[in-house]
Amino acid sequence: MVMREPDLLQVDVWRGGSNDKGRFQTYAVPRHEAQTVLDVVTWIQRKLDPTLAYRFACRVGMCGSCAMTVNGRARWTCRTHVGKVATGNRLQIAPLANLAIVRDLVVDMREFFDKWAKAGGAFTPTASRRDDFARVAPASPARREIDAAIECIGCGVCYASCDVVAWNPSYLGPAALNRAWTLQNDVRDGARAERLAAVAGDAGCHACHTLSACTERCPKQLSPTASIAGLKRMTARAALKGEL
Amino acid sequence: MSARSQTRLWLAQRASAAVLAVCVLVHLVTMIAAVKGGLSAADILGRTRGNVLWGAFYALFVVAVAIHAPIGLRTIASEWLRWRGRGADACWLAVGVALFALGIRAVAAVVL
Repeated sequence: MVMREPDLLQVDVWRGGSNDKGRFQTYAVPRHEAQTVLDVVTWIQRKLDPTLAYRFACRVGMCGSCAMTVNGRARWTCRTHVGKVATGNRLQIAPLANLAIVRDLVVDMREFFDKWAKAGGAFTPTASRRDDFARVAPASPARREIDAAIECIGCGVCYASCDVVAWNPSYLGPAALNRAWTLQNDVRDGARAERLAAVAGDAGCHACHTLSACTERCPKQLSPTASIAGLKRMTARAALKGEL
Repeated sequence: MSARSQTRLWLAQRASAAVLAVCVLVHLVTMIAAVKGGLSAADILGRTRGNVLWGAFYALFVVAVAIHAPIGLRTIASEWLRWRGRGADACWLAVGVALFALGIRAVAAVVL
C-alpha cells in the first residue's frame, strides 16, 4: 500500500514589526483533516521556525488570546478550521489590525484593555460582605440585556474589525462599550452615572456608525452594535433629563 | 467640548435628520408636481409670495439643514482628515450660521 503524501499548505505569515519593519514569510505546512489555523501556526513554530512569536493559551475558545488576521479577517484561530478559510492551499496569517505590533503575530493589547478601564469596565459594588445576596430575577429585562452581552472573552476581534477605531484612535471600541452596557444594566453597580458620562460623546458610543463589523465577526456571536445602541438610548434619555 | 455637549450634538443631529426626512420628501414631491404641472417661475412665485405656511415650512427646512450639515461635516472631518478640536468646532459653527443665513435669505426671496 502506498502512503499518500499530505497536501501542503502555503502559509504567508507576518514576521517582524509593523508596516515597513516587517514582511510576509511563506512556509509549507502539511495539511490535515480538522486542522485549525492555530495548529498551523504552532506547527510552524515547533517544526520550522522557533523564533515565530504568537499568543495562545486555552486552545478551546475561552481565553481570547489567539486572535489573528486570517486571510484579511480577524478571527479566533483556535476555533477556525483551515478548510473553512483557506483559499485553495493558501493561507495568510497576520497580527490583529488597529493595535501596535509587538513582534510577528503578537500585538500590544494595552490600548484595548486601557479603554475598558476608561469605559468604566470595572464593577463598583454597593453592598458589603455583611449584606444579603442581591436578588436579580433572571427574566427581568435588565438581566436579559446582560445575558445577551456578557460572554465576551476579550479577544479583540471586534476592535480589530472596527473602521471607527481605525479612523478615530480615541474611540473606546465595541468590546469596552459592550462591557459598559452590561454594567449599566447591573442593578448592583454603584457607578452607573459616572460610567454613562464616560461612554458618551465622540470617543464613546456616539462615534459608532452602526457598521456592524464587530457583530458580524464576533466569534461568540455577541452584538456589540446592539449594546452600543442601548448606550445611545440610555445617554440620550439622561441628556434630555439633564442627568448627563 | 464636554461629553455632555457631544451627546447633545448627536441628539440634535438625529432630531434634525427626522425633520429633514419629511422636509426633503415634501420638497421633492412639490417640486416634481410643480414642474409636471407646467408652472413657470412666475407662477410659483405667485403662489409662494405672502404664503405663511410655505414660509414656515422652508424656514423649518433651513433650520434643520443648518443644524444637521455642520454636525455631520464635523464628524467626517474628524474621521477622514483628523481635523478636530476647538478651531474645527468654531469653523463648523460658522458653517451652520452661514447655511442658516443663506437659507433664510432664499426663503425670504420667495415668500416676501
